[in-house]
Amino acid sequence: MSTPATAGSSPESVRRVYLDSASGESLHPAAKQAFQAALDAAYADPRRIHHAGRAARLVLDNARAATAEALGVRADEVTFTGSGTEAVHRGLLGLHRAARAQRDVILHSAVEHSAVLLAAAWSGAATQPVAVEPTGRIRLDDLDDLHVTDAAVVACQSANHEVGTVQPVAEVAEVAERAGGVPVFVDACASAGRLPLPEGWTALAASAHKWGGPPGVGILVVRRGARWRDPFPEDERAGEHGIGFENVPAILAAAAALQAVVTERETENARAHALIEWIRRVVSGLPDVEVVGDAVDRLPHLVTFSCLYVDGEALVTELDRLGFEVASGSACTTSTLEPSHVLAAMGALTHGNVRVSVDRNTTEDDVGRFLTVLPDAIERLRARL
Amino acid sequence: MRELDCRGLVCPAPVIELGRHIGEVEEGGLLAVVTADPAARVDVPAWCRMTGHEYVGEEAAEDGVPRYVVRRVG
Repeated sequence: MSTPATAGSSPESVRRVYLDSASGESLHPAAKQAFQAALDAAYADPRRIHHAGRAARLVLDNARAATAEALGVRADEVTFTGSGTEAVHRGLLGLHRAARAQRDVILHSAVEHSAVLLAAAWSGAATQPVAVEPTGRIRLDDLDDLHVTDAAVVACQSANHEVGTVQPVAEVAEVAERAGGVPVFVDACASAGRLPLPEGWTALAASAHKWGGPPGVGILVVRRGARWRDPFPEDERAGEHGIGFENVPAILAAAAALQAVVTERETENARAHALIEWIRRVVSGLPDVEVVGDAVDRLPHLVTFSCLYVDGEALVTELDRLGFEVASGSACTTSTLEPSHVLAAMGALTHGNVRVSVDRNTTEDDVGRFLTVLPDAIERLRARL
Repeated sequence: MRELDCRGLVCPAPVIELGRHIGEVEEGGLLAVVTADPAARVDVPAWCRMTGHEYVGEEAAEDGVPRYVVRRVG
């Protein structure tokens, strides 16, 4: 997407290209339309029985039905939360809380999002990471070797948010099933909307702003009949999985975007896949640059690479100055100065790291210009050091 | 063993120092980098993989700061 420069120290004439949809995608036109309509129609408390309340309830129920259909789940399995992070917390912790007391270990892939890792740590359970291949794919043999029968939950993401590698969730679920039906939690935030949900999970989390819905809408899906207990104070008005007064207009917008994205995904994924393939090919030919993550079994819209002898923060800043907005997992771009635990678990170079993600607005011209300026940007920074 | 004191440096400086000085040890020779930078634990082995040198391992310097040892190949 190209917009005029409005902020920062970039030259006024620079055309800005947003290449960070994996952090937050721009609002889908379908979401905008739905949001505006619902702002006027769905302001009331959906749990009141007066006319305005029933109108809001209708909008909420429609949004739930549309979301469920687009995800391929039952409407009564869907709860809307305030963010993907909240959906992760509730999903994982609710499974842990409902587990038998003698099972107090949470197993998780070493490359889960920090929301999963921090929730697992907060739960008070023992936690045990499962190692990954250099591609970032969970090592199923290692999972088999662990005492899965002692586990309260096995957590495995649908795909990795930093490097794009798709995880074998169905195979993880088979291991959990063989171990006596251990519940499986799936953080699907990185893939939901773009890819169908995997099979075999017990509870799952997704996030609307990753598919072009508004921020502030997460989706928690708990399988009907699953053992799940609210890990936080219950909302007595909202029922079993409730989280209080929902943001109904934003939820409708999220559902509209999801429907649109699912309808368009065959075409859009192929387009994104080709753009990313192009970046992967060019970047892997640059000196001392390593493309990270599975080349085949990957999300269509993102790629991560690391450049030797380059400061990641400096590279992000330099690309931003040139008009290209990208993310980085390098230590110097974080508040903790710790490198990305994902890259570390894969044994990938953590410095000079850049993640590029495209969306429906990214053009071939955008990517072509990015690939034109990137090699010089890297070399300029190397020469400075 | 030749040792690079990178105690005060953070990522990516310790690896840049390795790249700068590996040519100064003879083939098969060892070079160590001493640094508290947490990224080095991942990045020194990754540097070896990308450049074809051999990662020997991690030990502790006398003051307890991690020391990463590499062997020059080729």
